[in-house]
Amino acid sequence: MNAFTPIKENKISPNENTCYHCGEDGNAELVLFKDKSFCCQGCKMVYEILNENDLCQYYEMDQQAGVSLKGKKQTQFAWLDDDVVKAQIFDYQEEEIVKVTLYLPAVHCASCVWLLENLYKFNSGILDSKINFLKKEIKLTFDQSQTSLRQLAELLSSIGYTPEISLGDLDPAQREKVDKKLIYQLGVSGFVFGNIMLLSFPEYLGLNEINAIGFKEWLGGLNILLSLPIVFFCGKDYLKSACLSLQKGQLNIDVPISIGILTLFLRSIFEILSGAGAGYLDSLAGLVFFLLIGKWFQQITFNHLSFERDYKSYFPIAALLKNGKTIPIQNLKIGNTIVVKNKELIPADGILLKGKASIDYSFVTGESDPVAKENGEQLYAGGKQIGESLEIQISKTVAQSYLTQLWNDANFSKTNSNTTQLLADRIGKYFTYFILTTAFLTLAYWLTIDVGIAINAFTAVLIIACPCAVALSIPFTFGNAIRILGKQNFYLKNTAVIEHLKQVTTVAFDKTGTLTTNTGTDRISYTGTPLLQEEKEALAILVKQSSHPLSQQIFKFFKKEIPIKFIIEKFQEMEGSGLQAVVNQLFVKIGSARFTQNDPQANAQVFLQINGKTKGFFTIENKYRKRFNKILNYFKDNNSIHLLSGDNDQTRLELSPFFGKNLHYLQSPNDKLNFIKNLQSQGEKVLMLGDGLNDAGALRQSDIGMVIAENTNNFNPACDAILDAKAFSKLPQFITYAEGCIRLVYVAYGLALLYNSIGLSFAVRGALSPVIAAILMPASSITIVLFGVLASTLLAWRLDLGDKNHTSN
Amino acid sequence: MKVIFLLIILSILIAIGFLLAFLWAVDSGQYEDDYTPSIRMLFEESTDKKKRK
Repeated sequence: MNAFTPIKENKISPNENTCYHCGEDGNAELVLFKDKSFCCQGCKMVYEILNENDLCQYYEMDQQAGVSLKGKKQTQFAWLDDDVVKAQIFDYQEEEIVKVTLYLPAVHCASCVWLLENLYKFNSGILDSKINFLKKEIKLTFDQSQTSLRQLAELLSSIGYTPEISLGDLDPAQREKVDKKLIYQLGVSGFVFGNIMLLSFPEYLGLNEINAIGFKEWLGGLNILLSLPIVFFCGKDYLKSACLSLQKGQLNIDVPISIGILTLFLRSIFEILSGAGAGYLDSLAGLVFFLLIGKWFQQITFNHLSFERDYKSYFPIAALLKNGKTIPIQNLKIGNTIVVKNKELIPADGILLKGKASIDYSFVTGESDPVAKENGEQLYAGGKQIGESLEIQISKTVAQSYLTQLWNDANFSKTNSNTTQLLADRIGKYFTYFILTTAFLTLAYWLTIDVGIAINAFTAVLIIACPCAVALSIPFTFGNAIRILGKQNFYLKNTAVIEHLKQVTTVAFDKTGTLTTNTGTDRISYTGTPLLQEEKEALAILVKQSSHPLSQQIFKFFKKEIPIKFIIEKFQEMEGSGLQAVVNQLFVKIGSARFTQNDPQANAQVFLQINGKTKGFFTIENKYRKRFNKILNYFKDNNSIHLLSGDNDQTRLELSPFFGKNLHYLQSPNDKLNFIKNLQSQGEKVLMLGDGLNDAGALRQSDIGMVIAENTNNFNPACDAILDAKAFSKLPQFITYAEGCIRLVYVAYGLALLYNSIGLSFAVRGALSPVIAAILMPASSITIVLFGVLASTLLAWRLDLGDKNHTSN
Repeated sequence: MKVIFLLIILSILIAIGFLLAFLWAVDSGQYEDDYTPSIRMLFEESTDKKKRK
């Protein structure tokens, strides 16, 4: 899974030009220390710390072991002294001994594991440290009387592994809890299944000679004893789910399964106690065991992914007040003044008091170009400051801020209903009717002949018709499909998503970050009369005044042209049209075609007019993802498609061939959500492709929310599926594959039905012996499992999604 | 033939022993991280590490 080379045998002597700590190519500024060279003071410092503590083995394991500290500032963790915060972060505390789990994004190699597990050498208060490499987590046990969480966090930070603690860590609901119950159930049922099978052998083989000593009765009693945990521990969830479903007046797949389990159990007990036979407890144990394996196989977790994140996972825990104190951000009050440093997130809406703000709202809107703000302007929570420190006066609390309010929407409190297995439950309904009808018909027929046979045949039908194979088909086929798709960098939250994919009728796209890439800058070109130097200067000054994304981009284009002295007069910004001003006696006007009295042209978005004469126009091309047109055409052929963009309509001409009239620009996060709601009220099943937090509401509301991620380790809002940007062009293949897998399940159902009808033919005649049941049930289950796994793997190869294309992450 | 009762009881007791061992292993978290131990085992044990747990 992870490309990782363990300890290297031959040490390559460190190149004199590379940093001894992080392996980075040094430029002229190498820092020398003890005949070793370092790229920066930070790396040298880490080396000194390690050297002092006799931990230089670190460098012998992996080339480039160290984490470069260049340009990183020591993070402050003063807020970790706050008792409330501490109590929320700790996993476990008994008197002074504390256990805590921290996320260290910098963990990347064997040396990291070695160093971090030797952490106790730095600080005697640390009792134990354990790394989970895939999750990049460290589990620390320490003695609070000797050290503090703050000291540990600062220690980690000083050697390059700054822990990332976000607001989400404080929310117990967001901490993933490993559900071990299923594993316990699986273990117990496996144990019972094996033992009952063994104990049933005398019955299968008909060893009558030892019957004299009461062997049969004794074995029967033992079997009943063994089967108790099967019904009341391992099968408990099926019975519960069936009860719930009946209470709601629905029939899901667990109803016929529960009927099967209970009939098997009760009839077996009756047979054994009355001495009429050996019962079907072996079949019962096998049934539950296979069902649980299916459930387990279906549960797939991708270590590095989370489908449930909200803004809290990205917000800091504490804010720095102007007076130098830090407070947890939930305690921020309106009127507090906070300091936001370079690359820090603004935790709550506020007014800019001091500093030059250049806010990157990519986190909220997907738009990556920073927006400049002046003193007195409103700043929204979720923006990241790029540049100098700011002072901000809080105008809304964290929970009331513009961005966070979106999460207060009813949508986010409701649990996602997407976990329902549509197919299985639909089948479950028919199955239940079918079984009950057959059973009662059998009963009615035999009642006229013989009551004993009637009851016998009636229960036999209920047993044999138990849809074990049906219940196994989806977990194994879809579970395998999710694994295959995961290897192709398309990650589904659960197997239900596969079924929902097939039902999609409408697809909504976000533009920025979804159809276009966030990486790399947009290409700007100017067409028209070449500009004189003073004209360039005037233009640069003019666009600098505006925070509009287009102005910002043009400003970047002319950044070098900023004059030292300038006079700007009569500046006006017309919302949605353009800018104008008099700069150095030049009347400069820049904006839309209408604003500058020009005819609209295909690829011209911004026209420039100086002293009333049109000089030319700027073309700003978005960088679309590779083969985005193929994807759009694919969806266009099969569904209706919509574009929901927060940006202005500069791309209308480029995108209208695909979307026609379904282009929706200037959509706020709430607009997007409502748009999806509206589509759904018209009976559409909506697939939403988005990326940023601005899509979070729409992603949650839609039937399938799919997130395009440049880096799956990074941020993604809560969703049902995560698509790595690398695999974007394969999306149609993935959907074809998902549809193919659904067809496979139908075929499996056919097979299951075949087995069931064979069994039923015995059952209705009242001739179902325990041996036949014990053979038929596992045989059908195993066939279905093998069919599901093999066929879905084969299908993946045929669609070119086999392992050979595996790109490791 | 009566010895078969004893044998069966013994076999089930042994099986229960394995079941308990499995449940303990799950409970102690051995299955939560199946990757890091493969790195950890390559480290050379320094002498003082043994003293601590």
